[in-house]
Amino acid sequence: MEIPVIVGNGLIVIGAGIGIGRIGGSAMDAIARQPEAAGKIQTAMLIAAALIEGIGFAALFAG
Amino acid sequence: MRKNLIQHFILALLVVISFTTYAQHSNDEHAKSEEKAWGDLSKGERKAEIKKVINHHLLDDHDFTITHGVSFPLPVILWDNGLQIFMSSKFNHGETLAESNGNFYKVHHSKIYKTDAEGTITMDDHHHPTNVKPLDLSITKNVFVIMLMALFMFFIFKGVAKAYKSGPMPKGAGRFLEPLVVFIRDEIAIPNIGKKHYKRYMNYLLTVFFFIWFLNLLGMTPFGIGVTNNFAVTTALALCTFFITQFTANKNYWSHIFWMPGVPKLMRIVLAPIELLGVFIKPFALTIRLYANMTAGHVVLMSILGLIFVANSWIAAGPFSVLTLLLSILELLVAALQAYIFTMLTALYFGSAVEEHH
Repeated sequence: MEIPVIVGNGLIVIGAGIGIGRIGGSAMDAIARQPEAAGKIQTAMLIAAALIEGIGFAALFAG
Repeated sequence: MRKNLIQHFILALLVVISFTTYAQHSNDEHAKSEEKAWGDLSKGERKAEIKKVINHHLLDDHDFTITHGVSFPLPVILWDNGLQIFMSSKFNHGETLAESNGNFYKVHHSKIYKTDAEGTITMDDHHHPTNVKPLDLSITKNVFVIMLMALFMFFIFKGVAKAYKSGPMPKGAGRFLEPLVVFIRDEIAIPNIGKKHYKRYMNYLLTVFFFIWFLNLLGMTPFGIGVTNNFAVTTALALCTFFITQFTANKNYWSHIFWMPGVPKLMRIVLAPIELLGVFIKPFALTIRLYANMTAGHVVLMSILGLIFVANSWIAAGPFSVLTLLLSILELLVAALQAYIFTMLTALYFGSAVEEHH
């Protein structure tokens, strides 16, 4: 049986979602532990999230 | 004095726009007859109709449409055995053929094709036209908005810069823009590029940030101007970043790509092609990120608005309108966030290009 391409795209987007969720959660933990470093953590979080997001969008548009 | 100049400029622009604007009465009547039939359409037909509207919204256009029936033409410039220049009003919104020096052109899905005198467009098996596509250098809607935005930014920032000559206090628009400029310098440029080199790149970082941000915000106005959801525009922006990175890079940057220091000799040979590939993937990712984010935002907003018309009931109008409003507020955040991310990653790449040996 042939699996449609869109299933793969969906899997990639789920993966990207989990990834961004983990980044967000870890950033929350880090900010709670060290509130004075909130600015730096936020920046690093946004960059990492943006990089993963790129993969998610690439999958979304390839399908 | 300066304020007067800007006011006159805006006034002149409005006058020019209102003179060239013309209402399309025949178009309005055409729309009315469509409206009557809307309730009779089946759900699938309505969905197809909304899909068409969304697709049209995302495409670049040869007319500047302000609202339904109110638009003004823009110049069409084609390279087809010599320059062919005429106004897009010749197309009558894609309904008629345009003739220039004995050549005939027709608009099909916002693209211009060369046709014979009858305007026949032949399709292949995949419903793509097989007609000749002349090189299109037209001042399209997007090009027009980019030019306007460039002028707008030039006058705004020129005025802001001049205000600092009379003292350190910002005046007018500077009061709003100064914190943003300082933010880009202190939070984006200096931490990523370093104190020694950041000044060289500040002009580009500021330009790219405000340009993307303003265009994203313009996309949220009801005029349907989506410049940043055009792939060509984001590619051009990313190419600027790419070329500046390559041409200002020092020898450490190149040695990190072709002969990575600090790893075994064998690994260096394996790493070189991967690193080289990364050089091209980085601007590509920049392009895709901005384009996809803005496009996705618009598609989601318009799809939710479209659900009202698919359901075709008053009850649906309330909740979906509220949902669209909330999502629009989210989109305003995304507009700023994407400009920030683009600038941030650009600064990161510049930083890697000028990094000192350590």
